[in-house]
Amino acid sequence: MELIWNLCEILFIEVAPAGPLLLHLLDWVRLHVCEVDSLSADVLGSENPSKHESFWNLVTILVLQGRLDEARQMLSKEADTSPTSAGMCRTLGDLMRTMPILSPGNTQTLTELELKWQHWHEECERHLQDGTFTSSPHLETLCKIMLGDEAALLEQKELLNNWYHFLVTRLLYSHPTVKPMDLHLYAQSSLDLFLGGESSPEPLDNILMAAFEFDIHQVIKECSIALSNWWFVAHLTDLLDHCKLLQSHNLYFGSNMREFLLLEYASGLFAHHSLWQLGVDYFDYCPELGRVSLELHIERIPLNTEQKALKVLRICEQRQMTEQVRSICKILAMKAVRNNRLGSALSWSIRAKDAAFATLVSDRFLMDYCDRGCFSDLDLIDNLGPAMMLSDRLTFLGKYREFHRLYGEKRFVDAASLLLSLMTSQIAPRSFWMTLLTDALPLLEQKQVIFSAEQTYELMRCLEDLTAGRPVRGEPDAQRLQDDDIETTKVEMLRLALARNLARAIIREGSLEGS
Amino acid sequence: MGEIYAKFVSQKISKTRWRPVPPGSLQTAETFATGSWDNEENYVSLWSIGDFGNLDSDGGFEGDHQLLCDIRHHGDVMDLQFFDQERIVAASSTGCVTIFLHHPNNQTLSVNQQWTTAHYHTGPGSPSYSSAPCTGIVCDNPEIVTVGEDGRINLFRADHKEAVRTINNADSSTLHAVTFLRTPEILTVNSIGQLKIWDFRQQGNEPSQILSLTGDRVPLHCVDRHPSQQHVVATGGQDGMLSIWDVRQGTMPVSLLKAHEAETNLHRNKLLRSYLLVWEVHFHPSNPDHLFTCSEDGSLWHWDASTDVPEKSSLFHQGGRTSTFLSHSISNQANVQQSLISSWLSTDTTKDRIEITSLLPSRTLSVNSLDVLGPCLVCGTDAEAIYVTRQLFV
Repeated sequence: MELIWNLCEILFIEVAPAGPLLLHLLDWVRLHVCEVDSLSADVLGSENPSKHESFWNLVTILVLQGRLDEARQMLSKEADTSPTSAGMCRTLGDLMRTMPILSPGNTQTLTELELKWQHWHEECERHLQDGTFTSSPHLETLCKIMLGDEAALLEQKELLNNWYHFLVTRLLYSHPTVKPMDLHLYAQSSLDLFLGGESSPEPLDNILMAAFEFDIHQVIKECSIALSNWWFVAHLTDLLDHCKLLQSHNLYFGSNMREFLLLEYASGLFAHHSLWQLGVDYFDYCPELGRVSLELHIERIPLNTEQKALKVLRICEQRQMTEQVRSICKILAMKAVRNNRLGSALSWSIRAKDAAFATLVSDRFLMDYCDRGCFSDLDLIDNLGPAMMLSDRLTFLGKYREFHRLYGEKRFVDAASLLLSLMTSQIAPRSFWMTLLTDALPLLEQKQVIFSAEQTYELMRCLEDLTAGRPVRGEPDAQRLQDDDIETTKVEMLRLALARNLARAIIREGSLEGS
Repeated sequence: MGEIYAKFVSQKISKTRWRPVPPGSLQTAETFATGSWDNEENYVSLWSIGDFGNLDSDGGFEGDHQLLCDIRHHGDVMDLQFFDQERIVAASSTGCVTIFLHHPNNQTLSVNQQWTTAHYHTGPGSPSYSSAPCTGIVCDNPEIVTVGEDGRINLFRADHKEAVRTINNADSSTLHAVTFLRTPEILTVNSIGQLKIWDFRQQGNEPSQILSLTGDRVPLHCVDRHPSQQHVVATGGQDGMLSIWDVRQGTMPVSLLKAHEAETNLHRNKLLRSYLLVWEVHFHPSNPDHLFTCSEDGSLWHWDASTDVPEKSSLFHQGGRTSTFLSHSISNQANVQQSLISSWLSTDTTKDRIEITSLLPSRTLSVNSLDVLGPCLVCGTDAEAIYVTRQLFV
């Protein structure tokens, strides 16, 4: 992959002109075909390098990669050990030294270089014709290679290893001033020559060919097909897009190809169990569909611990995705309710500012109270604070608990007025009124008069509302009758208590007002 | 602070802990344990920053931390503590508490003991068994206290199969962290912003004391006790607030310090109040005037309340409600002897200043955990990196 990336950098981004193009390509090949280093370490490390079996292979590879200085050093070693070929080595070394190349700081123009190179080429040719190297086949091969002789190059297939190396070497020794536009012609012919019709091009070859043809879209397309995930194409396309090299295609998905690929990649990240956090950042950089995609994906991350949920919620809150916050909190609150963690459920619904759910949880609390006669989770209800205002039911719960507390502290008058206000202010659910009235009973039965006459009238009104509004039941069965009995008894007791209290209140108030 | 080494480890780190050095020894911290989370296979690993024989020109040790050994762990590692030199206790998101034993001779970890149903919503007996994540552990050889999302507190003893004591439904919301106050007393923090003190000597299931902030019920995520003054406790909250409490006095925190500020929104230009959870807070065990916090916004703060620093810039931020609390705290301090006031309790904007430094070079994803021992600090992040420094006070 790095191979493709580097090639794209050279061709598309640096847009090297004719001269430096070859140098870049040479660097590219040297970087990616690295057996040379280990081989040279091998050979140089041995006692007698020039007698090493891979010596000539090494020298050949060095020449193929255009590393002529190193090749010359090798040759001088050979010259030292075998005097017979010393002369030839020196000549060849000279040729190597005099090969004109475009060095970065050089101010030669291309035509000057061409001329010099042509000159040098002819000199090499002359040496070959003269038969200077005939006694040493190795040196002769080297000379032929330096002349760019295709047959000689093809013989070195094994050392070259692949067609793009062949291409670069060929260009180096036959067309060093190749223009980018002509690159693909040479590439195609190199590929054909190298493969020689034996094997068909592999996907990598197709990708590189497309690159040489400067067809960016083809490159991306081939990469998408060949590689197993979107990582490479997404980043490559993003880079090219930032260099303004991609014309915008109108795709159905995303504003352009870059966005499409980024979306694909980010979606893939979200499917991974832990890389979803990275996906978020990618979605942020997709201007058109990024936010929507993120909204959809983030709701579907599996949340198995609260810690993970908090991280996800933070991401949503940072981007003001209030809908998602609400839905995630609702899911968590629902899970908590199912596990009977009412405190957690309430704190999640408070965070989501979800009044409906808070009402649900409060109803559960109240139901628990009715069933068991006492509150569970007092620590939560006692300390609701301003969150109490979130839902009416919640407020009622808090106030009701306060009533119990006041009663426990024997502050009866305060408790009484609180109880009354709970009923008259309509925040108490109707189903609960009976319980509230029953709670009022002990207050009514106290020795001292707690409810004033006004308050007693209010209580009576509530009781009448309650009994009047009760719907006519269907067929009474035994249980129903029993319930009805209990109900009637309660109502009667209440009426009695209220009446007695009213009497005492009137008397007390009357006597106070009197003289 | 001196150099900090980073290493990318291909797993999101949820907890990092130094192995304690034997008391009285002159060694510095050399080994630390990490736990990972959110992977299909999570690991508890041991790392060493010890001597590899590479000395640089100053005679210090170079190179970053190396993995000694690791072992698979089921579920996310929610908390990690060293029980003693050889044993590590890990809390799992499956509700299981495990003790791992380290064998130094062949550098392996093995499971020593496991309580698989330490935390659950509906019990193992019923058909609809559902486990709950265990969120916090604290150890005091031989006892281990664990708390979880099920609001349960367990007291385990190593080598005992069953829990010694269990307080069911200790809290109606999630318990996030626990610490020892004095040995039979523990303190827990929960997701409705309350600190509760429990005394194991008492038989009931009620806390002996409850403290909370008035106002918003901000969930508290971490707690740490002052190393020498056992009544001073620091907590980190979900809104980036660091609070210092004195549990003997009153039910309100002594000081509120806000460091992990809200940040600007990506898409718009106004300040957005986002929750910047403080994941961990630690007092330095030998220099308790120094406090460290790490948070979801990827920063790690060093709070320096020592009064012997001559030049200090006033970087002390306080939240909006503090004026009330300051006066509250000052009136409370009136009865306390001057010598007992630690620098954390007597914070006053005009006199004492707290210097706050950010320790990590660049902001990354969330820093989930940190630990300090001597001059060494280790922290782990969601960006799959572990940072170690051995020169904290340079």
